[in-house]
Amino acid sequence: MSHTGPDMSNNVSILPTRGEPERNPGMAFEPKWLEEVRINTSAVERRAANIPARRTVKKDWQTAWLLKALTCIDLTTLSGDDTPGRVKRLCAKARQPVRQEVLDVLGAGDLGIRVGAVCVYHAMIAPAVQALAGSGIPIAAVSTGFPAGLSAPRARLLEVEESIAAGASEIDIVIDRSNVLTGDWQALYDEVRAYREACGVAHLKTIIATGDLATLKNTAKASLVCMMAGADFIKTSTGKESTNATPAVSLVMLRMIRSYGERTGCRVGFKPAGGIGTAKAALGYLFMMKEELGRPWLEPELFRIGASSLLTDIERQLEHRATARYAARHHQPMA
Amino acid sequence: MTSTADIFDSMEYGPAPESAGEAEKWLDGHERNFGHFIGGEWRPAAGGQSFESFNPANAQALAQIAQAGAADVDAAVAAARAAQSGWAKLPDHKRARYLYALARLVQRHARLLAVLETLDNGKPIRETRDIDIPLVARHFYHHAGWAQILEQAFPGHAALGVAGQIIPWNFPLLMLAWKIAPAIATGNTVVLKPAEQTSLSALLFAELCQEAGLPPGVVNIVTGDGATGELITAHPDIDKIAFTGSTKVGRKIRETTAGSGKKISLELGGKSPFIVFDDADLDSAVEGLVDAIWFNQGQVCCAGSRLLVQESIAEPFYAKIRARMENLIVGDPMQKGIDIGAIVSPTQLVRIEKLVATGQQEGGTLWQPEAACPNGGCFYPPTLFTDVTPSATIVQEEIFGPVLVAMTFRSPAEAVALANNTRYGLAASVWSENINLALDIAPKLACGSVWINATNLFDAACGFGGVRESGFGREGGREGLVEYLRPTWEVNLPAIEAPPTLPAQRAPTAGAELPLDRTAKLYIDGKQKRPDSGYSDPVLAPDGTLLGEVGAGNRKDVREAVEAAGKAGGWSKVSAHNRAQVLYYIGENLEARAGEFRDRLMAMCGASRTQAAKEVRTSVSRLFSAAAWADKYEGTVHQPPLRGIALALNEPIGVIGIACPDEHPLLALVSLAAPALAMGNRVIVVPAERHSLCATDLYQVLDTSDLPGGVLNIVTGGRDELAQVLAEHDDVQAIWYFGPAAGGEAVERAAAGNLKRVWSNHGRRWDWYSNQQSEGREVLHHTVSVKNVWAPYGE
Repeated sequence: MSHTGPDMSNNVSILPTRGEPERNPGMAFEPKWLEEVRINTSAVERRAANIPARRTVKKDWQTAWLLKALTCIDLTTLSGDDTPGRVKRLCAKARQPVRQEVLDVLGAGDLGIRVGAVCVYHAMIAPAVQALAGSGIPIAAVSTGFPAGLSAPRARLLEVEESIAAGASEIDIVIDRSNVLTGDWQALYDEVRAYREACGVAHLKTIIATGDLATLKNTAKASLVCMMAGADFIKTSTGKESTNATPAVSLVMLRMIRSYGERTGCRVGFKPAGGIGTAKAALGYLFMMKEELGRPWLEPELFRIGASSLLTDIERQLEHRATARYAARHHQPMA
Repeated sequence: MTSTADIFDSMEYGPAPESAGEAEKWLDGHERNFGHFIGGEWRPAAGGQSFESFNPANAQALAQIAQAGAADVDAAVAAARAAQSGWAKLPDHKRARYLYALARLVQRHARLLAVLETLDNGKPIRETRDIDIPLVARHFYHHAGWAQILEQAFPGHAALGVAGQIIPWNFPLLMLAWKIAPAIATGNTVVLKPAEQTSLSALLFAELCQEAGLPPGVVNIVTGDGATGELITAHPDIDKIAFTGSTKVGRKIRETTAGSGKKISLELGGKSPFIVFDDADLDSAVEGLVDAIWFNQGQVCCAGSRLLVQESIAEPFYAKIRARMENLIVGDPMQKGIDIGAIVSPTQLVRIEKLVATGQQEGGTLWQPEAACPNGGCFYPPTLFTDVTPSATIVQEEIFGPVLVAMTFRSPAEAVALANNTRYGLAASVWSENINLALDIAPKLACGSVWINATNLFDAACGFGGVRESGFGREGGREGLVEYLRPTWEVNLPAIEAPPTLPAQRAPTAGAELPLDRTAKLYIDGKQKRPDSGYSDPVLAPDGTLLGEVGAGNRKDVREAVEAAGKAGGWSKVSAHNRAQVLYYIGENLEARAGEFRDRLMAMCGASRTQAAKEVRTSVSRLFSAAAWADKYEGTVHQPPLRGIALALNEPIGVIGIACPDEHPLLALVSLAAPALAMGNRVIVVPAERHSLCATDLYQVLDTSDLPGGVLNIVTGGRDELAQVLAEHDDVQAIWYFGPAAGGEAVERAAAGNLKRVWSNHGRRWDWYSNQQSEGREVLHHTVSVKNVWAPYGE
């Protein structure tokens, strides 16, 4: 291998290394910060398009990066026709996302490859708890009147509490988009703050539903407010909006995470969701995480991809890596 | 061998090499030895000399390249000449088909071209693959279109003939496309010389020309170093020189071609500002800088190499830049995952190192990221200099490397002042989320391209080129085609005749009534001024009768006039409507004195009453014409392939010196000065000395026409001597000369100093009564410089 280049590692975190709290505790609402937000859409799009052109991984590096992407998946089913049987299948897949023989050939048999979490509606938490028993795989529940987030406020809080009681350790809340669209940032802060309190030890992922927010500037501001209110993760989409995760909105959110980290020392995670169906797209997101935020954000503690069909595509690529033959979908066990 | 588990832990990117196999095979297929491409076939160097082309990333030799001498250049020019008339006579559609074929061929062989370019030049394969080669294809497509519609787009125009084209090493194939596509689209044939560091993609392109069935001799490629370039620029049978490269060589070309009648376009160096206001999207501005100065290792003529950042945000912005620099990967350009490749040659690397050392010696603070550069090739890390001032060498000099110098400003006005505080004027980048601010700043920047919230955007439809010592002429778009065309009437203009020798001066006829003595002074800053010399020159009638005396202006008077013109910059900013009003008013007042001017022309030129009256009448019409055009010779809105627009603004050139011809002294003066004024230029007119009284008679016309002082200055005296002073003046942006060929040659040579634009009659006689020749677009295009303001948008 004629790798004559420099050390291509890229472990420089842009964050200060002062005391790193386990979680983002949030901070007092600071409206002035929102006024300073400047987003140039065209420039953001150029950079977002540029990242996957500037970085690539091949051969063993591709294998390792695909495995990493896999461990960052929140394997998701959020359908009206979900049943315990369907969720059981999903959980089985979460435990063994890639056939063991493939992992063995790739030298990854003992890396403990499993997905980041299983993400379901409240009603499916119980079957998921059962199916994932002993696996250590966390259960994430969408909450607060997902996907629109417009149910009765008390019901939203209650849903969080009930889901935690049912065994969810991660709560994916949806924000009330009207607060963003009307510029009532204080209300957004108060809303998310209340969810954070309701979460207790459970991790809070705030879905800002970028597809509903009209502008990248709104995306940026909503991201900041959610972090101020104590979000552990900020998440792009429910998967139900007409536009879900895109590289451009993701880049804006990552820059807000960086900005928040520079100011508070806190690391906040990122979860793009919806429409990420190919291994190539997933790698693009990993490159973006590493380039914009650094190595720590390439772990499930700080990065998740909300997806369902993505896993199969990654599996196929991994099988191709293992066998040098292009793989068929029907060879991959269904979720 | 790194295990999957190790990588899973480290999450390094690892190697991702592009294969050089096909390119190596192509080189081997030519036994790594290349001759010249002349008349459609390969010929060894006549003198048998050759040099080596090598890969700057690993110092390995790639091929032997022929060094062209006089015999080779002669053969290439002869082949181009032989092919030219047939090529120009082809129906437009046929020429269009050839250009279309070339565009298609470039796309079909895109990867081979990209890999070859990266091997030879050292730039990242990502750039050749994603930027250079697609732009090359786009350029040929766009110009295939121009070929197709040439007759409709440029009626009454013809090709210049044979174009000599000399291109640099930083974008070898793209610069070839910028040169060849417009030249052959317009029916010219070319002799092109690639830079000696990077000949290979041009040689592969020659093969594509063969494959396209391009008629032999239309495109000729000769290889060699600067000596070959000099043979091309000095060749008597070349009609046009197009050069991209250093200001130093550009200046030499201007001098060498003086008086030759060659049309020249020069795209030279730059030290382009990258201006960041406090209301910019700073994270995006940082990425803009990556595209500005860490694109192609900073070896970009329009690289945003001078960062100007608002003082209030400077430190946080520098911190963002440094953090970003840590993530830039310098590496083997054939690796797909690197940001910065190899510097083109050891010589260039040494130049960068020397300038950086100078920067440190002069007190600049250097910062470079920790990651090391690869060994064994020409690599240089991304570099940031802070604590520098405009007086530092590295702020003034073009470094042509990945070195950014950063300074702060306090206000928009200071940003503009710092941005324009350079001898160059190629491009600028402006970052602000305030459209009012950005669109206010863009026209104030002395340059040819402004990118708002972006940088280094190029498109075949948008002319690219500079002002000041960044050269003149445009490449791309309509204005780029003009560089390869001339109006057909210009082909057969007669040579000017030497004016008849005047008999000895004689006093006015005795006995005639003594007219009241008038003293014709100079007209500077809206006032009549006595000449610095204290001397006067006589103006005689054809029979030698003394008609009057005019001030003998000298270099100090020219200096004063240029000062006044410089201060009259407000004229460039008033509305076109207002400028038109003044010109109409001048016409009105001239008309009111028509009899007086008629009599003057009769006495001074020996013109008949009818002829003289016609000259005055036509002069008034011409003033009206210039006034009419003032608000109609407008720019274009381009829609390049991005979400945004590029505004091609017709901007005044600035201060123009005009040396008038001997014939038709009033009409010629008005024909030249009025359009210049209409478009917002300030002018210093030097009338032909023999007939300068009709210029001095104008003072009172001007005084009564609301023309602000300093906008039009008139210095009488020895025309060629004063023209020389104007041509040498560094604060004059253009000079027009209409006199004998020798005077034009001297002006062209002297203009090399600050590379001012020259419009010369090359010793030919214009028909000042012809509206086609002496008014309208043909004149107006000399009065403006096109600036493209790129404004991507979207919320």
